[in-house]
Amino acid sequence: MAKFNKKKSADTPGVNTASLPDIVFMLLFFFMTVTTMKDSSIMVENTLPNATETKKLEKKDRVLYIYVGKPTKEFQKTYGTEPKIQLNDKFADVSEVGDFILQERAKKPQELQNVLTTALKVDSDANMGLISDIKQELRKVNALKVNYTTFEGDAFSNIE
Amino acid sequence: MPRRGAPPEVNAGSMADIAFLLLIFFLVTTTIETDSGLDRMLPPIEPPDENVVIKQKNIFTVNINKNGQLLVEEELTDLRNLREKAMAFLDNGGAPSGSPEYCSYCKGKRNPDSSDNPTKAIISLKNDRETKYATYITVQNELVGAYNELRNREAQRLFGRDFTDMEAEYLNPETPEEVREELKDKVQRVQDLFPQKLSEAETATN
Repeated sequence: MAKFNKKKSADTPGVNTASLPDIVFMLLFFFMTVTTMKDSSIMVENTLPNATETKKLEKKDRVLYIYVGKPTKEFQKTYGTEPKIQLNDKFADVSEVGDFILQERAKKPQELQNVLTTALKVDSDANMGLISDIKQELRKVNALKVNYTTFEGDAFSNIE
Repeated sequence: MPRRGAPPEVNAGSMADIAFLLLIFFLVTTTIETDSGLDRMLPPIEPPDENVVIKQKNIFTVNINKNGQLLVEEELTDLRNLREKAMAFLDNGGAPSGSPEYCSYCKGKRNPDSSDNPTKAIISLKNDRETKYATYITVQNELVGAYNELRNREAQRLFGRDFTDMEAEYLNPETPEEVREELKDKVQRVQDLFPQKLSEAETATN
């Protein structure tokens, strides 16, 4: 009987951390692959509305983004609180949308120029007047494929 | 001079620290982007050459005012009933049997005063300049939902599968080529049964 409680080392053995780098590397690779670097910082408030019947936007290289919304706090002093259009890194007027699309389209490779989609990332609080103007501009430059970017969720929560 | 034993090992103790540093960097910079939304086609700017005459009964008008209220076919309607009404209109199939416009797959009421055939039916959406974007998206969502539900029903009947499901697989670039070829015809066929004719007139200015 005495045999069993004979050996008892004074200090507890340390946890083996040899596999810790492996675990960390695994996480690292996961985040490396899902990361997309933002190419422009958003200067407008951008709470997208919810919708259920959404389609995924595949192939990021075929998408042009237009942001619309109230300027964020730091820009409100200079640009006011009315919803504004943001193209790339600066605020723009409705009349500049057409030129922007043409410029961006020219930068894309030839075979993609006819299959571009314009993603409209519009704040829920924006008015349709501005959106209609943008749509009119898009029609003028023949950029007819649009995607109203939304969150996935109950559409009726938009109106409450 | 002969070397004794194995060469000394590189100390890898700080590897975990370096990996953690990188991990934290990517954790902070990651934004999981929300890139899904409602796909729509805008009408081309040049008007069609010939003047197409569309019967009034084949047009389903939806008006949104600046307070977000809906006027559907001259009737004040709650947003929650819009999908149902749009489906009833699209699926009506009012043309009498025997006529070339007869709709064999419609399950609607076959009211002669409503749309003749889903391929003729047009939904016309008008909004005020002061309509909130959120309301507009909700209405768009409901109308697209109405089309999707009807398309799903037909796709289930013909191919035993949801249309939205087939379309998502068709549009996914990771789907193998031969599967996409096969899906293309099916998707096209269901789309032809219920073509999405959603007209957006220019915004009313008043």
